[in-house]
Amino acid sequence: MSNDIFKLGGLEFESRLLTGTGKYADDSVIPDVCKASGSQIITVALRRVDLESETGNVMDFIPKHMQLLPNTSGARTAEEAVRIARLAKAMGCGNWIKIEVISDNKYLLPDGYETAKATEILTKEGFVVLPYVNADLYIARSLVDAGAAAVMPLGAPIGTNRGLKTREMVRILIDEIDLPIIVDAGIGRPSEACEAMEMGADACLVNTAIATASDPALMGKAFSRAVKAGRDAYLSGPGAKHSHAKASSPLTGFLHEG
Amino acid sequence: MIVKLNGKDAELSGKTTVLGLLESRNLPPESVVVEINMEIIPAENYGSTEINDGDHLEILRFVGGG
Repeated sequence: MSNDIFKLGGLEFESRLLTGTGKYADDSVIPDVCKASGSQIITVALRRVDLESETGNVMDFIPKHMQLLPNTSGARTAEEAVRIARLAKAMGCGNWIKIEVISDNKYLLPDGYETAKATEILTKEGFVVLPYVNADLYIARSLVDAGAAAVMPLGAPIGTNRGLKTREMVRILIDEIDLPIIVDAGIGRPSEACEAMEMGADACLVNTAIATASDPALMGKAFSRAVKAGRDAYLSGPGAKHSHAKASSPLTGFLHEG
Repeated sequence: MIVKLNGKDAELSGKTTVLGLLESRNLPPESVVVEINMEIIPAENYGSTEINDGDHLEILRFVGGG
């Protein structure tokens, strides 16, 4: 559907696939991935400059038309997330921020309470806040109250490629929460992104699955198609499920008629 | 003068500004964000902001992330 616009943070997008810039074996493939995936929103992280050795600048590979979505990775508290968000804004690339507050190093699960606190502070400062959280209705509601621009529930722990393990909880968020629901983290295969979209998710954020594919640009294209297919399926209004067969062709015919 | 630069002690020779420091390290000013003693220095003030002995400096930039 050409008129199916994805509205986020006061802007309009055609693509419902958000991508990342982490874990690429070679950052120079990023422009090809952006093109092949059609993604219009891309994440980055903020880190200390390595003063010992010269390293490439990831910004050199991000097409200028893309909406930059810095994340607050590394933050363990709301206070640290707020600090990173302000620093990211000072880079002069807009006021969007993906809140990531994590203090669990094994599963990298987000701290919903600290995330909500950071969201409240940053929305008051005029940020477009996209919080990464567990698929939990009460956390999502607190993010609505805090002024978030979307809710980004995880499908599975970051970087695991395990798929939409939180399906039933994400379904509840889609049903109950009046903000865009962007499934973030854990999506490993295009079919899983497709399923999330078919369920009514508004978008998917995919980094690892694309970045670690043997051919990232081709995987980006595959995700793009999967997200579109899932979205179209959702919009088309799928038919009901039944436990018994219902014939697609007329069963009464001429063979047994007397 | 000794400052803490990205978590490590660093010796700077003589008075310098944020801009001077970035230039001496071949860092394009538009590619970084600078914090001194937890305070963000606006890019337009890099040239006028002097670094003092004992300052804690953080020079950050965007890297790949998801």
